[in-house]
Amino acid sequence: MAQAFTKAMARNIFYGGTVFFFLLFLALTFQTHSALPDRDNRQAINDTVALGKKVWEDNDCIGCHTLLGEGAYFAPELGNVYKRFGSTDAIKAFISSRPKDGIPGRRSMPQFNLSDEELTAIAEFLKYVSGINSANWPPSNQG
Amino acid sequence: MKYESQKVAKLYFTAAIGLFVGQILFGLILGAQYVIGDFLFPEIPFNVARMVHTNLLIVWLLFGFMGAAYYLVPEEAETELFAPWLAKLMFWIFLAAGAATVLGYLLVPYATLAEVTMNDLLPTMGREFLEQPTITKLGIVVVALAFLFNIGMTILKGRKTVVNLVLLMGLTGLAVFFLFSFYNPVNVVMDKYYWWWVVHLWVEGVWELILGSILAFILIKTTGVDREVIEKWLYIIIAMTLITGIIGTGHHYYWIGTPEFWQWWGSIFSAMEPIPFFMMTVYAFNMVNKRRRNHPNKAAVLWALGTAVMAFLGAGVWGFLHTLAPVNYYTHGTQITAAHGHMAFYGAYVMIVLSMISYSMPMMRGREACNSARAQSMEMWSFWLMTISIIFITLFLTGAGILQVYLQRFSDNPMPFMVVQEKIALFYWLREITGFVFLLGLVLYIASFFVGKNEPEATVELAK
Ligand code: HEM
Ligand code: HEM
Ligand SMILES: [Fe+2]
Repeated sequence: MAQAFTKAMARNIFYGGTVFFFLLFLALTFQTHSALPDRDNRQAINDTVALGKKVWEDNDCIGCHTLLGEGAYFAPELGNVYKRFGSTDAIKAFISSRPKDGIPGRRSMPQFNLSDEELTAIAEFLKYVSGINSANWPPSNQG
Repeated sequence: MKYESQKVAKLYFTAAIGLFVGQILFGLILGAQYVIGDFLFPEIPFNVARMVHTNLLIVWLLFGFMGAAYYLVPEEAETELFAPWLAKLMFWIFLAAGAATVLGYLLVPYATLAEVTMNDLLPTMGREFLEQPTITKLGIVVVALAFLFNIGMTILKGRKTVVNLVLLMGLTGLAVFFLFSFYNPVNVVMDKYYWWWVVHLWVEGVWELILGSILAFILIKTTGVDREVIEKWLYIIIAMTLITGIIGTGHHYYWIGTPEFWQWWGSIFSAMEPIPFFMMTVYAFNMVNKRRRNHPNKAAVLWALGTAVMAFLGAGVWGFLHTLAPVNYYTHGTQITAAHGHMAFYGAYVMIVLSMISYSMPMMRGREACNSARAQSMEMWSFWLMTISIIFITLFLTGAGILQVYLQRFSDNPMPFMVVQEKIALFYWLREITGFVFLLGLVLYIASFFVGKNEPEATVELAK
């Protein structure tokens, strides 16, 4: 048995398997790209949303929060925060009212001193994300 | 050690260990912030400490992989390194770029860092693990290319072995998939889709080739088992890795807007991802049992066996735990994920780098084969302290995660995130205390380089 299975066979399984499954992966990727327009809420993307994503990235929001379940686990999920808060105004009010020196003893979010335009943009960005079809995730409104 | 140029590895390993200490100190800051919310706030906000913690991890592992390659490739190829000067130059460039980046994180607000590094020209920042300024990323690409050139030329001019070939494929894959970090569309779903081509295809793809080849090298050296046997195992392990791991990427495509067929593809293929890790464990123990000689570096053998076991536990078992779509629906993005991330990274990649350091450092520091018995015994103490700590950290986070899932997502009246966090604080305290034990293990590890220097090398006892 040990002899029947040679190193050359193992090598061929490695190369053959890798190529085959990588090609299959590319095919599934292609399939994904064709399915995305109906799911990823791209029609909501505009300049404001683009600025919102920039604000999101420039302040590393993902370093504390999750977005669609990915990121850090220190602060609440934000993929559905628009639904949880109910409006972009509520999101803007929350972000802009964070105390500069935090809340004694508690985890607190930094004060980012965003301009009104940036506040609107980040709220619109989060609204856009909430419209992505995430297959019914998260299980509860609490994220 | 047969070739003088292998010694450049020493630089890389020294830096790796130094950055490892930094990583753990910032881990302890994070752990403290979990329970004392305003700890160091607003000077070092959680997100900043986190990017220091995770980026230092990645950078020191890269230092470790490069050091391992510089040591291993000339020995396997039976020739001097193509350009030792280039390896040294790249070391200093990489170290300087890394240090500058971490200082940037710590000294200025992240938004300012994005601005001064002109992130808008080619926005790549602000995504988990890929927080580095775009110019740092470009620097990483340059260093990686120079490194691959150096290693590739060495292999070309020397003996070609399977270990070298697999290592080179792994390192090349690492560089290639990193290029996806430059793709960052506004469309969040596409951003996330290709983000995983860096993160998942690294740790559950090409990095496993690196892991496999380093482990094979250490086993060949320490057990004296026939190279043919070990190479066959290596091929079959990495075959299983890529056959399951490539499509296994689908376990990240359940809830990010991608089509639902991924729930099937991802669940089925990633459920098989533990197989290569299991094979690795079986093979490592098999090779050690069939050894033709007793290597006097017992610490290195312990690390190598530890890698096989802990990689299987962290990646295989803890990965399987939450990889099926119906389970992941509840556990996605909770402390369960963090539990798995810690044990998998430690078990697979931290331990393989420490194995290689353990095997090669004594020789680079002028010993024949290994350290004194006293140094080895201290190193083995550090092995147990760090490994047992990470097991407990994983268990505490798993406990926290189960409660979090139940209270926040599963029960009839789901509670808000922050309320749940307070209810499970006990587990975070236990994790933090265990983190200090880990640090103690790391201190002992470093101390083991300085004890018993004037004592003779350990010898193989004539039992067996
Ligand atoms: C020993 C003390 C350590 C402590 C207290 C600690 C603590 C933490 C904390 C609090 C986080 C952030 C979790 C969040 O996002 O909310 C984190 C993330 C992380 N740490 Fe550690 N850590 C430690 C050691 C390590 C070690 C040894 C490794 C690697 C082997 C490691 C790898 C990681 C990784 C990969 C992440 C990101 C996890 C994810 O995204 O799921 N940490 N750590
Ligand atoms: C050495 C190999 C591995 C390492 C270093 C590793 C590390 C990680 C890390 C750091 C994350 C968190 C990523 C994030 O921050 O979003 C993660 C997520 C995940 N890993 Fe692994 N992993 C490994 C292998 C595996 C394997 C073999 C499986 C499956 C059997 C697996 C299943 C998962 C799943 C399902 C997630 C997503 C968790 C979620 O939905 O939140 N991993 N892994
Ligand atoms: Fe994965």
